[in-house]
Amino acid sequence: MSLTLDQVRKVAQLARLELAEDDLARMQHQLSAILDYVAQLQQLDTEGVEPLAHPLPVQNVFRDDELAPSLPVDEALKNAPARSGDYFAVPAVFDTTGE
Amino acid sequence: MSLADKTAAELVALQAAGGASAAEVADAFLAAVRDREPKLRAFVSVDEAEVKRQAATVDAKRRAGQPLGRLAGVPVAVKDVLCTRGVRTTCSSKILDNFVPPYDAHVVERLKAEDAVILGKTNMDEFAMGSSTENSALQTTRNPWDTDRIPGGSSGGSAACVAGRQAPVSLGTDTGGSIRQPAALCGVVGVKPTYGRVSRYGLVAFASSLDQIGPFARDVTDAALLLEAVAGHDRRDSTSVDRPVPVYTRTVNDPVAGLRIGVPKEFFGEGLDPEVETAVRAALKEYEKRGATLVDVSLPHSPYALAAYYIVAPAEASSNLARFDGMHYGHRTKQKADLIGTYSKSRGEGFGKEVQRRIMIGTYVLSSGYKDAYYVKALKVRRLVKKDYDEAFERCDVVMGPTTPTAAFRIGEKSDDPLAMYLSDVYTVSCNLAGIPGMSIPCGFTAGGLPIGLQLLAPPFEEEKMFRIARMYESVTDWHTRRPGV
Repeated sequence: MSLTLDQVRKVAQLARLELAEDDLARMQHQLSAILDYVAQLQQLDTEGVEPLAHPLPVQNVFRDDELAPSLPVDEALKNAPARSGDYFAVPAVFDTTGE
Repeated sequence: MSLADKTAAELVALQAAGGASAAEVADAFLAAVRDREPKLRAFVSVDEAEVKRQAATVDAKRRAGQPLGRLAGVPVAVKDVLCTRGVRTTCSSKILDNFVPPYDAHVVERLKAEDAVILGKTNMDEFAMGSSTENSALQTTRNPWDTDRIPGGSSGGSAACVAGRQAPVSLGTDTGGSIRQPAALCGVVGVKPTYGRVSRYGLVAFASSLDQIGPFARDVTDAALLLEAVAGHDRRDSTSVDRPVPVYTRTVNDPVAGLRIGVPKEFFGEGLDPEVETAVRAALKEYEKRGATLVDVSLPHSPYALAAYYIVAPAEASSNLARFDGMHYGHRTKQKADLIGTYSKSRGEGFGKEVQRRIMIGTYVLSSGYKDAYYVKALKVRRLVKKDYDEAFERCDVVMGPTTPTAAFRIGEKSDDPLAMYLSDVYTVSCNLAGIPGMSIPCGFTAGGLPIGLQLLAPPFEEEKMFRIARMYESVTDWHTRRPGV
């Protein structure tokens, strides 16, 4: 199964990865090879087989909703790339400059 | 014999008997690190002053007559994917180059509670994605048996430092073979516990339904000692299982009577190096001499396990690694951009090539229109792989085969061919898909002097028996006592 360059570009966009043009081309070649390899699964008849997402038969695990100490603000912000007072500083989420 | 040549169990006994202090032990291993590190590059960080401070604390507790934990004064190296409070944790990635966790992983808390001395953080394939540790963005780790060769991966630093006697024991993580494969290639013992046996709290997630933390050691007893220290329930990981942890070291020397070893033909097919096969077959013979019966079993879906793995693991990774967006911690681009552009540039700059490839594959197989054909199909195959093991274990106590198809390959040999690299995990991935425990123990050397590993796979939560079976072989062989020339 081979991917087109446009498909690779679209996946990179979905994955929020900015890649250089030559990286996209290399990725197109490598991803196609990997998808060719995993395509062998199509040979297997899995009709009626229940998908297994997790090796343990775990269900939801509940606990009481209790107050407990949490990370102090300063510690939580220590690794922040940018900070503004007691907050993480991030680029504007909504464009407020336009109409 | 230097203190750095002793095993963890020997170091515990020696210190308890007053034969050495924790400070002397720490100094011996720090000297070994200084001596071999220019050749091996196994560690991404070692803080000598901090190591000495921890050792002094253990000595002070001992002098004051306070009770001490079961790893008192034992240096332990920790893979740099496990969070250490106040100590940089990079996952060998540029995107976490400056990340200093505000908390300890559960296993690190456990090590501290048992009075171990954390020696340093070890190099790895970036975000544990790889089989050679060449995907580290920080440095290239080398195999102590031949420094032109890779140590295996992704826990290459943790394997190399134990083989190179820079640390008596270490912790790694295994998502598709990342403990067992480097253990085999470096000639040490490596254990991937049952999924849920060890809490993953504070482990930077790669593929959450496959990841498990486990020990590296020079012998089975030390691996058992380290696992019993870190295993157990933790409410902060809802998949960690609430059942008692056996004291593995108490029974490790008891042979298993009437042992039945399952030998799957699928593990001895095309692609297996003849020297590896010869060593593994000889190990099986040794078990027969000790009274074991070899049983032919079949794992008919195991040839498909690698393909299923390379869908499931990247799918989970693409979701887990979405958190690295340059907002709360980690690398943020210096380029001017809007919010989405900042995410994309930060991730484009911060992630290495293999991590980007896996995120791309994962994103693709989960994307609308392809999810059923790839991801759901792989989960169905995963069910069949697990069923194969369930059926095999009805007829045997343990499944055995080679850990890897070949001995350690040369640095650079496979780094341009992702698929060739993936094939080095061909015998190890099915264990993670099924969630069962597995381990690799030394079982010989190639003519060129490279270690070979024997893989043992056991039913869920049968680590206790698996260690006893491994020890049966180790107790009559001396592969594990050989040391590399480095």
